[in-house]
Amino acid sequence: MKNKEPIILAVVVFFTLVLYYLVEPYAHHVMHKQIASENFVYADLPAIEKQGDVARGAQLVMGVGACVGCHSINVVGLAPVMDAVTSAKGYGVNPPDLSNVGVIYDEKFLAHLIKNPIEALKVEHKYGGATGLTHPMMAFSGAGGDLDQELADMVAYLKSIAMKQEEVTPKIAFELACGRCHAVNYEKWTQIGTKPNFKDEKDALAFDIQTLEYADSLKGYLGIVPADLSMYIRSRGEHYISTFMENPQNYLKGTAMPRVGVSAESAEKVIEYLKDAGDTKRAQREEVGKSVMIYSIIFAIFALLWKKEVWKDLH
Amino acid sequence: MAHFTKATSVKDWLNQRLAIEKVEKVLASEYWIPKNINFLWAMGMVLVVTFVFLLVSGLFLLMYYQANIETAFYSVNFTIMREVDFGWLWRHVHGVAASVVFLIMYIHMFTGIYYGSYKKGREMIWISGMLLFITFSAEAFSGYMLPWGQMSYWAGMVITNLFSGGSLHADGLVEWIRGDYVPAQAFLTRFFMLHVVLLPLAIIGLIGLHFAALRIPHVNNQDGEELDFEAESKKYLAGDKAGSKVMRFANDFMSKDMMVVGVYLIFFFYLVFYNYGFAMDPVNFDPADGLKTPTHIYPEWYFLWSYEILRPFSIDIGLIAFAFAQVIFIFLPFLDRSPNSVPANRRGLFKFWFWGMLVDMIILTSMGKLPPEGIFSTIGLIAALVFIAMWIVLPLITKNEKQVQGEIDEK
Repeated sequence: MKNKEPIILAVVVFFTLVLYYLVEPYAHHVMHKQIASENFVYADLPAIEKQGDVARGAQLVMGVGACVGCHSINVVGLAPVMDAVTSAKGYGVNPPDLSNVGVIYDEKFLAHLIKNPIEALKVEHKYGGATGLTHPMMAFSGAGGDLDQELADMVAYLKSIAMKQEEVTPKIAFELACGRCHAVNYEKWTQIGTKPNFKDEKDALAFDIQTLEYADSLKGYLGIVPADLSMYIRSRGEHYISTFMENPQNYLKGTAMPRVGVSAESAEKVIEYLKDAGDTKRAQREEVGKSVMIYSIIFAIFALLWKKEVWKDLH
Repeated sequence: MAHFTKATSVKDWLNQRLAIEKVEKVLASEYWIPKNINFLWAMGMVLVVTFVFLLVSGLFLLMYYQANIETAFYSVNFTIMREVDFGWLWRHVHGVAASVVFLIMYIHMFTGIYYGSYKKGREMIWISGMLLFITFSAEAFSGYMLPWGQMSYWAGMVITNLFSGGSLHADGLVEWIRGDYVPAQAFLTRFFMLHVVLLPLAIIGLIGLHFAALRIPHVNNQDGEELDFEAESKKYLAGDKAGSKVMRFANDFMSKDMMVVGVYLIFFFYLVFYNYGFAMDPVNFDPADGLKTPTHIYPEWYFLWSYEILRPFSIDIGLIAFAFAQVIFIFLPFLDRSPNSVPANRRGLFKFWFWGMLVDMIILTSMGKLPPEGIFSTIGLIAALVFIAMWIVLPLITKNEKQVQGEIDEK
């Protein structure tokens, strides 16, 4: 009798694959906006050609630039004037400490952020112009010299005090880039810091109240309390998160979320942090997966040999 | 009372009380299977294996899952996925098996349709199988509620809403099913009960019925040939293993079952470890929020074809069409009026009916997931009408089918 099994198998596999293609890749392609990564080059912002001078940058940051009026720089001993909750009451969100902004953010983005925060952050629909609202971070209009040179100097200074790229951990990148607005419950991260393990329930509740107060300020600033990102790596996926960070307006026109402005390297660190939160066991999955696949193949080989042995007498 | 003698061995002791030798013969070594079969006949065993995966992984998950709307999502995504050793593995096995079990069931069903394995005394096999399919659907749906993610909540909302019966406005019935006006704690707890107790019990009972239904008519074969199992098995037992048209269930057929299971396990574990996204929808990794409707609400892939039969029509007609689609497969043995129980490719118009139905259901499935806009809703509407029309014409085309000899082509 002719063996029809290969053709039957081919038919089953064919229909299964067609079904899979239509229901998964094709349907998701139709349902979701396809946004390609721009590799964090911020092409809309013109390049700053000038070479920065660290010493002059330091003077500007501490002096005319007035950065330290709102921002702390822990690494040079400038501690925050107010705690996060009080700061957020004033500004809507706690202004970041500037110690490591030079390594986490893209340098061109930083320069433009100092020059014109509304444009760099892509929040024209919320601040300035016709809206009549002022952005909490003031634009730097220059100290009298060449503006581009001054911007380059300030960025050079910020880069000089920042930690080295290889020292940046996923947590540091996440906290500075996302963590002042987004909580990550599964990593015990709140917008005002990692929640410690309190011995006394009173202290734990006091911390929670601080977090809630901070969240209230955020709500006033952004309209909602930004989402907890614990499971975002599973609910949104790497590509979505990465391109969303690059420019939130691409996905959600008019969203209150500003463009983050991170460098490509920092974006990778942020993704890694979210993987640790929502896909914690991925390394173990790979490892166990390999062993199980090898076991399955060996099982299949033995099963095949057994079948041949048993069926020898049946033909 | 039976007469018991002093046992000569443990086996003898058990034999006198439980007739284990006889049971073994009935269930395995003298349970006769035709030799003229292909790997599609192993889908039953593949389903048993998958069901065992579901059962065992489910037991482990049950040790940590909390059926509480405040903690359910956390217990699944934090406790099970991060804290419990290998909790992620049990969840992935459970989620992937729940999806794959439907793929195998569909293959199993279409195998039955293709080879006419629902006729000539095999009607109860088909009917019990379809009852299993419906119970599995309820089991899958109730399980989908448990992680209490966005899709759990909104699928629960949409599906329970169907029971309002459109213009009948049976809102009281919907509230009775939910135990509340909206899916909430009462809803989650009852679906938890259904998922872990009532429906598994029903499934196990129906599996027993499904197996029992096979006993008298025996398994069909590739050519729909009517075998004299009595005579053929005598031939086998007399030593003519090669000449007999039948073989033992164990180890003869089981060795082939296991070979197919072996290949299946490679496929299954590949999905579990490397391609699980299709079975674990991203939207369900957002916690349930009654104030935030997801942009696209769609059921799991295995419900999409019937969902698409509901969707393109106005609410009342849609519900009738949907109800029709849910039950019509059960009546297949009675709607197919042909006396032939041979493979579909030898059955005239039924051949086209079979492939047409398969393709139509794949089209319905893919349209069911896509947003109901433009060309997609047109295709969906046509496919739904074709589905209904095909079932209406089935008795007509099969009634006039020419009788074919159930002969085997001995080439």
